[in-house]
Amino acid sequence: MTAPEPEVAAARMTAEPTDPDVDLHVPAQRRQSWRAQGPIVAVVALGGAIGASVRYGAGLLWPTASGAFPWTTLWVNVVGCAVIGAFMVLITDVWAAHRLVRPFFGTGVLGGFTTFSTYALDIQRLVDGGHPRTGLAYLAATLCAALAAVWLAATVTRRLVAGRQR
Amino acid sequence: MNWLDWLLVIIGAMVGAPLRYLTDRAIQKRHDTVFPWGTFTVNVCGCLILGLVTGATAAGAASPHVQLLLGTGLCGALTTYSTFSYETLRLTENGAGFFATANVAASVVAGLGSAFIGVTLAEALFR
Repeated sequence: MTAPEPEVAAARMTAEPTDPDVDLHVPAQRRQSWRAQGPIVAVVALGGAIGASVRYGAGLLWPTASGAFPWTTLWVNVVGCAVIGAFMVLITDVWAAHRLVRPFFGTGVLGGFTTFSTYALDIQRLVDGGHPRTGLAYLAATLCAALAAVWLAATVTRRLVAGRQR
Repeated sequence: MNWLDWLLVIIGAMVGAPLRYLTDRAIQKRHDTVFPWGTFTVNVCGCLILGLVTGATAAGAASPHVQLLLGTGLCGALTTYSTFSYETLRLTENGAGFFATANVAASVVAGLGSAFIGVTLAEALFR
């Protein structure tokens, strides 16, 4: 595996958007009418239902006892972050997918699967329930693991893509 | 398997996810900075709502069904960790390290703050 040439890497850096959900730097996306938005909203809703169901199922399979470290929510968020890191590279650089694939999977499924509100409330519950150290550890562990996961997945996927294209 | 519970989560998510998409779109259209205000807003609002719902459930004013519909379903799908971390990564890679750090700090502080406010408010209202 060799590193991509700097210009190629730089071009790729700008190709991938900052916001995976809406990229309004594309003039066509900024102008989209309600009629064009309809199918996007529908697939986001469908994807969100699938993602949230998987998250709910994970919570039933691996319930977290009160006062315990919320491992299930941590893994849900970390896995979702790893998947979006790989997915965004593939959909931008490799796969000329249908225009509804990104809203369906990135915005819908992964957005519905991962959750920021449960993360915050888990911490609130731990602190309020007299487990401030567990709460603080969970706060930091989720943050570090999620950011490491998205970075690692995007980097590895870019390397694999660059290796295959050469 | 309790089908009603699953149905409530699915209905909540079918509202929450599009609401996140449309809010993000509406906010991103209205500013030209690189800070991801759209995701920040939905995450903070979702934490406040989930705080209210959790507080109301704890006080006995909301049933576990409400918690599943509005909490697990709506707030779970309205808020996102994947977009939050991906945007932070992209900001870092594009040389906007300050905004990346600010995004992480502001999201955690504001998210936690609104979660605590939501719970406290609900307990004061319903107890």
